[in-house]
Amino acid sequence: MARSSSQRDDWFALYRQMLLIRRFEEKSAEMYALAKIGGFLHLYIGQEAVAVGCIDAVEEQDYIIAAYREHGHCLARGSDPKAVMAELFGKVTGLCKGKGGSMHLFDVPRNFMGGYAIVGGHLPLATGLAFAVKYQRRPQVVLCFFGEGAVPSGQAHEAFNLAALWSLPVIFICENNRYAMGTPLEREMALYKGVTERAQAHGIEASRVNGMDVLAVRAHIREIVETVRQTPKPFFIEAMTYRFMGHSMADPAHGHYRTREEVEEARKHDPLLLLKQQILDQALGTEADFKAIEREIGQIVNDAIAFADASPFPAASELYDDVYAEPTSS
Amino acid sequence: MIGTYREALNQAMREEMRRDSRVFLIGEEVGYYQGAFKVSKGFVEEFGPQRVVDTPITEAGFTGLAIGAAMAGLRPIVELMTFNFGILAMDQIVNNAAKIRYMSGGQLAIPIVIRGPGSAAHQLAAQHSQSLEAWFCHVPGLKVIAPATPRDAKGLLISAIRDPNPVIFIEAQLLYPTKGDIPEGEWTIPIGQAEVKRVGRDVTILAYSKMLLLALEAADVLAQDGIEAEVVDPRTLRPLDTKTIIASVSKTGRVVIVEEGWPFAGLGAQLAESIYTHAFDALDGPIVRVTGADVPMPYSRPLEDLAIPDRDRIITAVKQVLS
Repeated sequence: MARSSSQRDDWFALYRQMLLIRRFEEKSAEMYALAKIGGFLHLYIGQEAVAVGCIDAVEEQDYIIAAYREHGHCLARGSDPKAVMAELFGKVTGLCKGKGGSMHLFDVPRNFMGGYAIVGGHLPLATGLAFAVKYQRRPQVVLCFFGEGAVPSGQAHEAFNLAALWSLPVIFICENNRYAMGTPLEREMALYKGVTERAQAHGIEASRVNGMDVLAVRAHIREIVETVRQTPKPFFIEAMTYRFMGHSMADPAHGHYRTREEVEEARKHDPLLLLKQQILDQALGTEADFKAIEREIGQIVNDAIAFADASPFPAASELYDDVYAEPTSS
Repeated sequence: MIGTYREALNQAMREEMRRDSRVFLIGEEVGYYQGAFKVSKGFVEEFGPQRVVDTPITEAGFTGLAIGAAMAGLRPIVELMTFNFGILAMDQIVNNAAKIRYMSGGQLAIPIVIRGPGSAAHQLAAQHSQSLEAWFCHVPGLKVIAPATPRDAKGLLISAIRDPNPVIFIEAQLLYPTKGDIPEGEWTIPIGQAEVKRVGRDVTILAYSKMLLLALEAADVLAQDGIEAEVVDPRTLRPLDTKTIIASVSKTGRVVIVEEGWPFAGLGAQLAESIYTHAFDALDGPIVRVTGADVPMPYSRPLEDLAIPDRDRIITAVKQVLS
């Protein structure tokens, strides 16, 4: 019975995290429509199981680095939803004092080393984090998230080669949502059925996982993390997933490059529905439990909005701060 | 001691690597080959391959890796075999090294030095002979240094390695064998300090890196005609020491700016703007620029000579501002 109770807590914790990301982002879309959030807003809805499953499999000391669709990774890492929402609002109480925005979330105290918006450009940074870990013989691993659209880029391949050449403890997590913006996999990548083979060609062990199943993702990553922590070397995971929304707020969920039917079919594999079903099948919870969580998360998201709304914008005096670091004696 | 510019760089890095285990050198041929221009001679023997890291020919990859290592607390020195190849790493330098501190709201610093030779040598043709300092100087978040003498090279490289920001450190292939005084032991020069290399009253010649040596030669020739040129070396191009430059201009009232790079939107245009903004009233006439020719570098020697500033063109320019 004890085991079942801890399993219940564990599964609900995963569900809660995924639901937080889902509701946080739905609310973000509303705030975008109200012009409370500007610029580009790339929603992660549909892909939550990847960030939550992977990040739940590592320790606080491990580094996380991601691309520009990274609200989910940041929240899964435990960043305060208020500070994340305030950043989207461009407020001084945001994670980065409003200077980064949706695409550049950093939470360094949590070893969340940033969101990056040049496709492929952060993969070398991830290998560098792993280089430093190995250089200082620290027992950390690096999780590097990116879309399959980054895989054909030159910088990705340079990073794969260096990581393999020097056996660096970096786990490359390719979230294959099948579209590089609006270009489907088969029109962006030669040998598109073999994304993992690209990493294998560099001598990196690679595998594929169902990115809609948070339990499968976590179990798989846990195994790899254990291996990498013991013997530093890179690994490549292709997480098969799907984004339910458009590429950004400027892009409808379906239309030019994919059909309504395709999106509806994908939604049947919603990672939240799947975990809920797994919980119900195992009799670990009831509909009432889900309703309670829904209320709890709704409150957290509403609080985040209220906090972001009430927070001030950065003062004009902030403009020139943080361009350079001040030298300290060392 | 008297030594070469190359030895000064070698000493600076060696002393810092001995002092701080977080400092490491990474780049093409820096280890067993001893450096493409032998700047890291003896390093792999002293520090081992973990700290003197030979890379494949992938500038974006290893520069990005070094930036990531800096994010995690190390102090990398990236050697670019030449700055021409640094173009391949521009995304990493501009979008990551220069911006991560700002984008993160000050959560991270990127203490990294990216160094190697810029400008032309001899007959290396268009892709290996260019002066790209203006590209880097354009970017907030970067510091840019281009020393001309062994003394400055050592003092500024040590400061660059200790600085918590990304520093672009531009050397020159033709400067590597040049000799001069190298202060021994603890020797640093603050970043952002120009130096008056020759005192004069009639005209200010602003020149940096290899062009400083030409400017000093020109000043010696002009002295024979009774023209006393003051030669000022900014040494650091960003942040620029406008104070020292303005002090000289206020004294002489006439300015010639010498740079090896292309004229259009070149660094000299910025130097001139800084002078016009801060010391317009001190000027007795328009600033004259001596620059490289506005062409890709030709291979043929006579054409190449035409494309690079020389002593006589500096002398002509000085006579023009004085006329």
